[in-house]
Amino acid sequence: MNTVPGPTHQAGEQGPCPQQGERAVNPPPHTHLLAPTHYCPGCHHGIAQRMVAEAIDHYNLREKTVAISSIGCSAFIYRYLDIDILEAPHGRGPAAATGMKRARPDSFVFTYQGDGDLAAIGLAEIMHAANRGENLTVVFVNNTVYGMTGGQMAPTTLVGQKTTTTPGGRTLVEDGGPLRMAEIIGGLDGTAYAARVSLHDVKHIRAAKRALFKAFEAQLQSKGLGFVEMLSGCPTNWRMDPVAANTRIAEEMIPAFPLGVYKDILAEATTTPAP
Amino acid sequence: MPRAIILAERCKGCLLCTTVCPVKILRRSTVVNSQGYAIAQVSDMSLCTGCGSCALICPDMAIRVFAPEKQERGA
Amino acid sequence: MSPIHTNKKSTPPLATALCQGTLGNQRATLPRSGFAKAPKRFMKGNEAIAFALIAGGVRCYFGYPITPQNEIPETLAVELPKVGGTFVQAESELAASNMLLGAVASGIRACVSSASPGISLMQETISYMAGSELPGFIINMNRGGPGLGDIFTGQGDYFQSTRGGGHGDYRTLTLAPSSCQEAYDLTLLGLDLAYTYRNPVIFHGDGIIGTMKEPVRLWQPKGINNGTVEEWQLNGCAGREKRLIKSVFLEPGTLPAHNRKLMAKYASMQKEARAEVFAVDDAKLVAVAFGSAGRIVKSAVRALREQGLRIGLVRPITLYPFPEKILAALAAQGKHFITIENNTGQMVEDVRLAVRGLGDSDFFGYMPGELPCTDDFLEPLANAYARSGRMRRRNP
Repeated sequence: MNTVPGPTHQAGEQGPCPQQGERAVNPPPHTHLLAPTHYCPGCHHGIAQRMVAEAIDHYNLREKTVAISSIGCSAFIYRYLDIDILEAPHGRGPAAATGMKRARPDSFVFTYQGDGDLAAIGLAEIMHAANRGENLTVVFVNNTVYGMTGGQMAPTTLVGQKTTTTPGGRTLVEDGGPLRMAEIIGGLDGTAYAARVSLHDVKHIRAAKRALFKAFEAQLQSKGLGFVEMLSGCPTNWRMDPVAANTRIAEEMIPAFPLGVYKDILAEATTTPAP
Repeated sequence: MPRAIILAERCKGCLLCTTVCPVKILRRSTVVNSQGYAIAQVSDMSLCTGCGSCALICPDMAIRVFAPEKQERGA
Repeated sequence: MSPIHTNKKSTPPLATALCQGTLGNQRATLPRSGFAKAPKRFMKGNEAIAFALIAGGVRCYFGYPITPQNEIPETLAVELPKVGGTFVQAESELAASNMLLGAVASGIRACVSSASPGISLMQETISYMAGSELPGFIINMNRGGPGLGDIFTGQGDYFQSTRGGGHGDYRTLTLAPSSCQEAYDLTLLGLDLAYTYRNPVIFHGDGIIGTMKEPVRLWQPKGINNGTVEEWQLNGCAGREKRLIKSVFLEPGTLPAHNRKLMAKYASMQKEARAEVFAVDDAKLVAVAFGSAGRIVKSAVRALREQGLRIGLVRPITLYPFPEKILAALAAQGKHFITIENNTGQMVEDVRLAVRGLGDSDFFGYMPGELPCTDDFLEPLANAYARSGRMRRRNP
């Protein structure tokens, strides 16, 4: 049976519970399965996927959600979230999500994609899904390299950044400059919300969660596409330790990828998102 | 008394938590879990404010933070 | 060659659709409920397909403009909304096929249509649908190729349809109509078979079938058979475990096991093989031709039978599974074969495989861009007929 039911609440450590007179400050989101992830130490996919699970819990969507997973490190979200998930070919998530949402408009449908998937091979799909104003939510994790395949140049690689396919550093002429997706998607009429956030420190993680909730709202309010780009690191392929990788996000990525909201036509949030 | 519990088998020793603790009580330890990671450790639980920053930045949900009931929510 | 006299008196034996699974009894391709009383309209094959899709319960269509199939999206853009369906024109056939992937994964009947170049863009997705066991319905109105080719007709996509045109080991059930009515009927059959086998189905039409007009009875199927869709559709995990639909199997041993499972499925599909069998009983030579070629060759066979040449026709209706048992049975009776198709020789390989050791097949291919009429096939058939007496039977 190909559609093997995913691991649910299995052996992963449930972890300690609050005792008498205590409250849990960060209870694990119900939608996130408890099996430890396979992601590299310091990989921000863990933060992003936990945040997505928190948003699904917040809007009580777990039983109505179908996620479209992509190809790359981001693909393995299908192991970690307790929701229905369809795996789409590389870059085709927004198209598969379009079909899924058009077929079942009352499902909550989102794609979870990396930069190679969304901005390289899948660029046409994300552009046209946004331009058609599809009622979808797109979570775009940008770590400037192809992680799963070993750290090659991605469309978002910084000029001068060394990767396994730009050994001398990415050159503006011939290799091109980093594609700024939040601005591009924000410039399309069918987009209801587009923002770029970062996951490299606590303040930015809290802001990222608010932006993610807005991207959920775009779909819940049927206003069009909700898009959130999350700047992330890839310690393994950047050949850095996780702490240094977070510094690089702050000092090199953010100047090249300005954070901010690039489109927001949403009414006030239907329910006030938790901080 | 607020507390932050490191789940040894989930921690991958990325040490991101050590960079955000406002009272600097998280650090690398010499304890190695079954995956071979040198995990993080709380040096002085008494200083913990229960703010939850460590749990927020942890990519692996390897930290559970608890605070007294009546204390208003962390920052 | 003496001039042909066609006299109306001797009507040739009726064509019977033979289903290989029931080689013995010859039943019609598929039960057509309410056929006789169904409204009859004069329309193009493309339009017939569009109305069949709606009658077959398709509620999502994804397409892209490409000749010679444009009447399909154009008709559905008007008709689908009337039944609460959704029409989406995608940015490419590649995107359209992935929209299909998403829609059918949700359990809703959906389809895409295109023509040769567009179908090439869908091959990766079709491989994913086979690997993910998804009942996508893909309509290819084959046109001239390779490359841009022309905008009319051809049968050069035979291998692509029947060999699994994308990567990996898989097959797609492939149906080839030779009339507007059959296009309507096979659309309904194909949609059900996709769900019965949880496998993509290729509807292999061509430019002639799509753009010619014939009377079509728009009969409505009694029920829609969606097979086991309730067990695998992704519609939110309320009240059940989460479900995954994917084609990646990384854990050791899982991919081989999955491939074995798919192979067993394709074996179980063999019983779906269907062919029209015409005037083969006394035949010395049997012509094998599908789709539009099949109907033109049939006229040529009729004409030569009028002259006393004992020629018959087998017209594969399913290109995969190929009706090999029917051909082997005929070869065992010492009959000779000639394969006629609108390409440079593709189905002929399946015919030769089917009759290997028992007989052989001549071949006559007419090129994409050449529109044959009956007379064009008289000479090749007559030549093959003359040779069929002297063909040495290769020892098995």
